[in-house]
Amino acid sequence: MEDIYRRIDTDPRFHALARARSRLGWTLSAAVLLAYFAFIFAIAFAPDWLAQPLHAGTVVTTGILAGVLVIVLCVSLTGVYIWQANRRYDGQNRAIVDDASRAP
Amino acid sequence: MNRQNTFVTIATLALLGFAGTASASIGEAIHNMFTLPANTGAINTKAVSMFFGFVLISLSITVWAAKRTKSTSDFYTAGGNIGGFQNGLAICGDWCSSAALMGVAALIYSTGFDGLIYSVVPFGAWPLMMFLLADRLRNLGKYTLADIVSLRLARVPIRTLVAGASLAFVVGYLIVQMVGAGTLISNLFGLNYEMAQVIIGVLIVLYVAFGGMIATTYVQLIKAVLLLSGATFIVVAVLAKFGFSLNGLYQAAVDNHPLKTGVMQPGGLLPDPVNAISCGVMLIFGGAAMPHVLMRFFTVPDAKEARRSVAWAATFIGYFYLLTFVIGYGAIAFVMKNPDFLDAKGIIIGGPNMAAIHLSEAMGGDLLLGFISAVAFATIVAVVAGLTIAGASAISHDIYANIFRHGKATDAEVVKVSRIAALGLGVLGIVLGIAFKGQNIAYLIVLPFTISSTVFFPVLFLTMYWRRLTTTGVVVGGWLGLATGILLLVVGPTIWKDILGNAAPLFPYKYPALFSMTVTFVTMIVVSLLDKSERAKAELASFDDQFVRSQTGLGAEGAVQH
Repeated sequence: MEDIYRRIDTDPRFHALARARSRLGWTLSAAVLLAYFAFIFAIAFAPDWLAQPLHAGTVVTTGILAGVLVIVLCVSLTGVYIWQANRRYDGQNRAIVDDASRAP
Repeated sequence: MNRQNTFVTIATLALLGFAGTASASIGEAIHNMFTLPANTGAINTKAVSMFFGFVLISLSITVWAAKRTKSTSDFYTAGGNIGGFQNGLAICGDWCSSAALMGVAALIYSTGFDGLIYSVVPFGAWPLMMFLLADRLRNLGKYTLADIVSLRLARVPIRTLVAGASLAFVVGYLIVQMVGAGTLISNLFGLNYEMAQVIIGVLIVLYVAFGGMIATTYVQLIKAVLLLSGATFIVVAVLAKFGFSLNGLYQAAVDNHPLKTGVMQPGGLLPDPVNAISCGVMLIFGGAAMPHVLMRFFTVPDAKEARRSVAWAATFIGYFYLLTFVIGYGAIAFVMKNPDFLDAKGIIIGGPNMAAIHLSEAMGGDLLLGFISAVAFATIVAVVAGLTIAGASAISHDIYANIFRHGKATDAEVVKVSRIAALGLGVLGIVLGIAFKGQNIAYLIVLPFTISSTVFFPVLFLTMYWRRLTTTGVVVGGWLGLATGILLLVVGPTIWKDILGNAAPLFPYKYPALFSMTVTFVTMIVVSLLDKSERAKAELASFDDQFVRSQTGLGAEGAVQH
């Protein structure tokens, strides 16, 4: 097993895959954290902005819409990640592991 | 096999004996079981029969699961054979405690928008779990969080820290659930409080000790389906009253509530920016690293199914949180001015926690009330079962098998200790539930989340991502962070001022997570960098293998073939 680990570790495709996956993970995490802390900061610093009605004649406020959007954003980004991981990374991963396991 | 049966019999007898003596007024309690709260006087046979239906089904599953629970792998991870979709539902069951249904509805009922914050903010944990932890957790893990951290680092000190913190987490969370459950169930079924504790405790021990992770998973699954369908039904019924106009519902809520348009805007729940950020940090990072939830990642065969689990869990939980946007305001619209649900002084019967339950009666009469009551009960039982199995695995796998027996215990011994641990935790839950009766325990929920964000998240994160991390770094940083978190909680406004009655808190913020988590991260990094020991060099050298395994899944614990 150690030998296979060593061979995978020297495979440039492996490091390219790890980098691509981590870039996607970190980009999406940054987007989520940004949306979250924007929401929390708005509650702490700009409650009046969240209190505004969306348009004349409604009681639904910016705050309600923001809450819904944060939840929807999180579910969608989770979907983006799994879609990418299943479509691209799993196949590449299998190829790298298979090659390393087959090598003499 | 025979010895196991003997143990099962003794445990059952012990439990029954305990159940018999724990409540002096058992006869009265049984009598009360068939009557609803005094104000109605009517026998809600529908609620009681649905409650018994759930108990019967879950116990039958336990009997079925018990036959399949033989090895430690069966006990902790259901043999690693759960599919991503089922696991996603089960995670939803672990995550959505009664606080998510009744607690959030109660907060919205009382304060409006501020209650919604509790629906939105904890959800941030889900995408983070997916992006940063899910694949690696499954590829590195076996039964518990400590397995991952001690892959590369020293077994005994690491397991002592992680298992100790896990038990503190489980016990803190357990008290909150048990006390909440006792109050709720005595309200729902007219049962006395102590009796409610005993019933929950006995059921949990039966599920976990005999059915292990298989029974726990199916209890979670059933609970999640019941919770989601019950909540959906209420939401459709509420919206139908307003011709499916959200604005109509919110208008009615604004008209009914003394805060008027105040229910649609933030109202000072998070009073200052530091508290707000610290609370956000606690909920997002603490939520992403809860041991009873992360343990569920080890029940699926591989990283792909782990990702599917998170995607389904996030979808179901997100959907459920969106439903609370309607349920909470629906309660304001249909319960707040309805004399059926108010006492002589115009205050909601049973307290704001009953808002969602009353709403179900307003929407669907006795039948829906009975159904939602049974759902509430199932919700509590399922969450407590999840916590109990997480605690039992920390005791049997981390402490007994790895610390005391140095990995030399046989499978059968470890399973036996797991069952005893589940029994012990069930009894402890009952005792603590009764001890904390009538106390304001809301502050206790901050404890597990603080532990999770202060210990589990930083330790797991650096284990997976940082090459230079050493055992000494984790041990010093983990214990120091844990001590800081608990100390700041004790001398903070909630305990030091409100509970102990001192004039002013020594630490000004309600949520210490921002500070204690920083202490853990900084200490772990600094101590690891200063660690020049031979062990540290070996740990540094072993990172590459761990990295390859975490990325590729090669060498990961596989599903057991049955």
